[in-house]
Amino acid sequence: MQVIVNGTPREVPAGTTVAALVSAVTTAAAGVAAALNDEVVPRALWTETAVREADRLEVLTAVQGG
Amino acid sequence: MTRNTTTAEQGSDELVIAGETFGSRLIMGTGGAPSMHVLEEALAASGTELTTVAMRRVDPAARGSVLDVLRRREIRVLPNTAGCFTAGEAVLTAKLAREALGTNWVKLEVIADERTLLPDPVELIDAAEQLVDAGFVVLPYTNDDPVLARRLEQVGCAAVMPLGSPIGSGLGVRNPHNIELIVESAGVPVILDAGIGTASDAALAMELGCDAVLLATAVTRAQSPATMAAAMRHGVQAGRLARLAGRIPVRRHAQASSPWAGLSRPV
Repeated sequence: MQVIVNGTPREVPAGTTVAALVSAVTTAAAGVAAALNDEVVPRALWTETAVREADRLEVLTAVQGG
Repeated sequence: MTRNTTTAEQGSDELVIAGETFGSRLIMGTGGAPSMHVLEEALAASGTELTTVAMRRVDPAARGSVLDVLRRREIRVLPNTAGCFTAGEAVLTAKLAREALGTNWVKLEVIADERTLLPDPVELIDAAEQLVDAGFVVLPYTNDDPVLARRLEQVGCAAVMPLGSPIGSGLGVRNPHNIELIVESAGVPVILDAGIGTASDAALAMELGCDAVLLATAVTRAQSPATMAAAMRHGVQAGRLARLAGRIPVRRHAQASSPWAGLSRPV
């Protein structure tokens, strides 16, 4: 199935979790947050939250700004 | 006034926002620095204890994190919602920042367009209300509009942060009268945010009665960021002391500082 991770389409097997997708785009252990279809998914729920077809996942961190 | 002046001179004139105290009245941004090393030197020279970061998609190629710099320097992180055009975007960004960084403080920015980067007052108030309700300590970047500042305070913001002039412009404080009006009626700290170009601009903001100054570009894009950061530190301190000291009234005509009495007049 296809999901959108940080704006880029990605083919993933059914049952793929938020945790797996986050670790696919960053190796940072902290300072990262994820939103699934515009809802924050707390880090504690990443391993038990599976994504579904056409889901949009945003994975953000702090950068220089302001 | 006398007591405040004394404590300020002794270096114990602390800034208090939402019950948290800061020894420095200079809040820094981190955008625009040519490298993490230059940024770190500038932050150290500024003496800041509170510094903003933006929230963006992770970059797998990124090397080094601004968070490492802040942690090393023991500077408290203040995430912003830069780049958000609607209340909905800003609220989601603030919630992601809270999750990622473990802070419920947010510098709320909701801009109207990319050309002016001016705040959108309607979206700003909406986002501020939602975030206050969700338990955030909200520090809104706002126009130099006394009425809007009052409304932001009324919905529960922990400070108001009027612009001196557009972000990154270096035009300084373009409407000192409005900043004074905001200061006069504010019951929360007033932080001059955006438009500072050089140290005298920061000093002026403090002389007008602002509680703190927030700046980034003036330092990070200066030819020598660390030197300008030190200048801003002194500018903020000078302006604060001048405000507490109580300046002389402006006069239209001269007033001799040497006595007339005892003057020797050649015949």
